[in-house]
Amino acid sequence: MIDTWVAATMVAVVAGVVGFFAVLRGSAFAAHAIPSGAFAGAAGAALIGASAILGLAVFAVGGAVGIGALGRRGRHDAVTALTLVLMLGLGALFLSWTVEYAPEIYSLLFGEVLGVSRADLLPIAGLGAACLVAVAILYRPLLFSSTLPEVSESRGLPPFALELCFLVVVGLATSMTIPVVGAFLMFSLMIAPAGAARSLVSNPLRALALSVAVALAVVWTAIVASYETNWPIGFFVGVLGLAAFVTAQALRRILLWR
Amino acid sequence: MHAIFEPGFFGNGTVQTAAIAGSVVAVVAAWIGVFAVVRREAFAGEALGDLGATGGSGAFLVGVNPLWGFVAVALAGAGGIELLGSRHRPARDLATGIVLGAGLGLAALFLYLDTSSGTSGVSVTVLFGSLFAVDRSLTTTIAALAVVPLVAVIVCHRMLLLTSLSPELAAARGVPVRVVGAVYLGALALAVALAALTIGAVLATALLIGPPATALRITKRPGATIAAAAGLGVFATLLGILLSYDSYDWPPLHNGWPVSFLIVAVVFALYLLTHLPVPRRSRSCSPS
Repeated sequence: MIDTWVAATMVAVVAGVVGFFAVLRGSAFAAHAIPSGAFAGAAGAALIGASAILGLAVFAVGGAVGIGALGRRGRHDAVTALTLVLMLGLGALFLSWTVEYAPEIYSLLFGEVLGVSRADLLPIAGLGAACLVAVAILYRPLLFSSTLPEVSESRGLPPFALELCFLVVVGLATSMTIPVVGAFLMFSLMIAPAGAARSLVSNPLRALALSVAVALAVVWTAIVASYETNWPIGFFVGVLGLAAFVTAQALRRILLWR
Repeated sequence: MHAIFEPGFFGNGTVQTAAIAGSVVAVVAAWIGVFAVVRREAFAGEALGDLGATGGSGAFLVGVNPLWGFVAVALAGAGGIELLGSRHRPARDLATGIVLGAGLGLAALFLYLDTSSGTSGVSVTVLFGSLFAVDRSLTTTIAALAVVPLVAVIVCHRMLLLTSLSPELAAARGVPVRVVGAVYLGALALAVALAALTIGAVLATALLIGPPATALRITKRPGATIAAAAGLGVFATLLGILLSYDSYDWPPLHNGWPVSFLIVAVVFALYLLTHLPVPRRSRSCSPS
């Protein structure tokens, strides 16, 4: 339980930070596609007996590079969709080859509150730290190119390289979080708190902090609720994310109206 | 000949049902999908497909046919996206994502309840589907349901095209942009629900986005694009069925590769083919 708590806290911090940029850049779709597709990596890793986190990392980063490279010359959202379904299709193929039990597949997709062991903590912490360092280094260029894409390009920031770096960060964040929240609900934890924060605060650093705070609140509540009811943690993350976003939107309306 | 068409392929009832249902769904998905790609609503299509997982698992829970679950939840999801999101791209994507997150959360709960009430293996069926599991009696229902979105896009064809290519111009010409958008989203929801039934909730996007995106790289004329997309969709579906039928003696397990994966693989391969460097392509495509 303590291990889950520690892991979930790290996950929420990273999701809040990375999600803030995903929302700012309008990459909600990529933030959904990379984690969902990456589940195929875990299924493949189970097939050859490798570590699940390694499989997740390979597929998440591979998917990010695929979206980035193909998106350069095609329609970004169509390419994202195609990369996603290819990875999910591979996941279906790997699943048909394994003798893995259904509950394990299920917890991979939707999260498992007690699915984290002490041995998982170190890789999760390492990946999380890598994400945070990458975001700290990229902070100014990312912020610049997300808010004023044309100006930043004319000032010599390469948009393609930045996008690729960002997608890879999303991929890394993904592989650390899936064991806790599950492949399908990871993106909810990234974009719902960040969307809520963005609709209330416009200063980037404050919005970032609020986004992390909301993500923490969502995850902690979800863990407690999931532990009490034995219902899947993903359910609470998705529903609480929606609640946070709707509340923030309503608050914003009230504040604007006054 | 027998190396390609395994003996008994054409006489097999399951294969015939799969081929008929799959082709109908592929045509509808491709037709609707052309507009989804032009309108950059691939994410909405993907989200509505994934929401089908919620409907499918909910339907298992209350014991009705998953088809109705797919349809009901996809329509509800379309309403939710329309309600929460504005017309502006990033805000709309965000709303789509948040509705999708809540829907997938519900799917998690339904699947959990399904599993604890003793129907194991539901998750894989609902999420990844199988054309070979389509019941013969359902083909008529599928065909009937397929007519609805087709009629909607045919009736709205010109308005839809104009609002998709230039919403400002359409608004200036007096086209009710928001209404057309909502009708389209409804048609999209139905088409995706049908696709979700046949190749699985999370792979429905393949038939919706793949063939149209491929067709749009070959031609730019609306009619030709729709025809090409429908043709490519049917081709991918039938080839997927054929490969899956042949795959019964493929390694590693010798019990068949999933038909959904094979369809997705063909769709993706077709898309990649249009990315092959063709030296004269750029000149012939640009309007002279």
